[in-house]
Amino acid sequence: MRERDDEWTGLMRSAIAGDSAAYHRLLKAVTPVLRAAARRGLARAGQPVDQSEDIVQDILLAVHLKRHTWDVTAPFAPWLFAIARNKLIDALRRRGRRIFVDIDDFAETLPGEAPAETASPSEVAAQLQTLPARQREVLQSIAVDSASIKDTAAKFSMSEGAVRVALHRGLTSLTAKLREN
Amino acid sequence: MDTDQLIRTLAADNAHRARPVGFALMLALLAAAPVSLLMFFTELGVRPDVMVAMRNPFFDLKFAVTLALAISAIAVSLHLSRPEASLRGFGWLLLAPVGILTAGIGGEMMMPQRLPMMTRLVGKNSWVCLTAIPLLSLPILAGALLGLRHGAPSRPALAGAIAGLLSAGLAATLYASHCTDDSPLFVATWYTIATALVAAIGALAGAKLLRY
Repeated sequence: MRERDDEWTGLMRSAIAGDSAAYHRLLKAVTPVLRAAARRGLARAGQPVDQSEDIVQDILLAVHLKRHTWDVTAPFAPWLFAIARNKLIDALRRRGRRIFVDIDDFAETLPGEAPAETASPSEVAAQLQTLPARQREVLQSIAVDSASIKDTAAKFSMSEGAVRVALHRGLTSLTAKLREN
Repeated sequence: MDTDQLIRTLAADNAHRARPVGFALMLALLAAAPVSLLMFFTELGVRPDVMVAMRNPFFDLKFAVTLALAISAIAVSLHLSRPEASLRGFGWLLLAPVGILTAGIGGEMMMPQRLPMMTRLVGKNSWVCLTAIPLLSLPILAGALLGLRHGAPSRPALAGAIAGLLSAGLAATLYASHCTDDSPLFVATWYTIATALVAAIGALAGAKLLRY
């Protein structure tokens, strides 16, 4: 556990310093832990666990947009679990159940299994359709076609700066829309 | 979009750097302050005998109390803007203005007074105080909430209430230079009621606006 937390903290420090590969690795590493906690929370609230992926994506978006509130001298795990707990409670409340989520749910969690294929598209995917065309195209190009920022810029004949702006705005408004619904 | 795709997208956005919450809060307060200052100088203004009043330690004490409230509330607000933070270990900061005010009341009690205690407590401007402080705080509160939206407080209503204290502290600093009631008893009564009102408004607004 200790080792894992130190590894996360190290990766996040590198990410903040500008290392996108470290950031990618970190998000990949925390996702199974978040998934297991989301499943457990849903199961305890008597909700179908196949909605866990929506909660995981919600947490990841919040982690991304609020990462400037993380103190680089502090360990990463408590910060991450605080956000995850907040989002999980929010999600369960929105589904009509008040439930107490223990912080230990996250800390002591073993990685969960891969997500089950769900028939319904995720909430993120649904909200993606409501974004302005340019933001949606940029997001889809990077997410679905795994294009780099450079390739995306070439594809839509935009500057790389404009792609970055559209990408960030798209993620921000996606998060805002998820919060409203 | 599946989770792997989302992660790829987030990693691609890693270059984006958000400003620290303190910076956003400072900008928002700087933008809101002129509105409150304008309200203050058009409707109230500094009391005419201010040069004389400044020699009265109890006049000066009002600023010590209101500024202590504003500064400690700013510190607590910034602390609470982190998701893993709680009031524990930081909440005591908010006792600073209470301590200063209590010392002031004690000091006044030990001095000979021309007016009886109740008269000093009730004062002449209680109604102005109760309306002016909340009204002057509203622009500052709006600014503070806007700036704090940049953070990620785990208890939005609490964070909103502290933002209310912060704005009441700044508004009361302005108001204190207008008010001719300098007794710490007056401050402890009416400033406190006005501040509590602003904190309540802040809590209600924060519960909605500070969720992330």
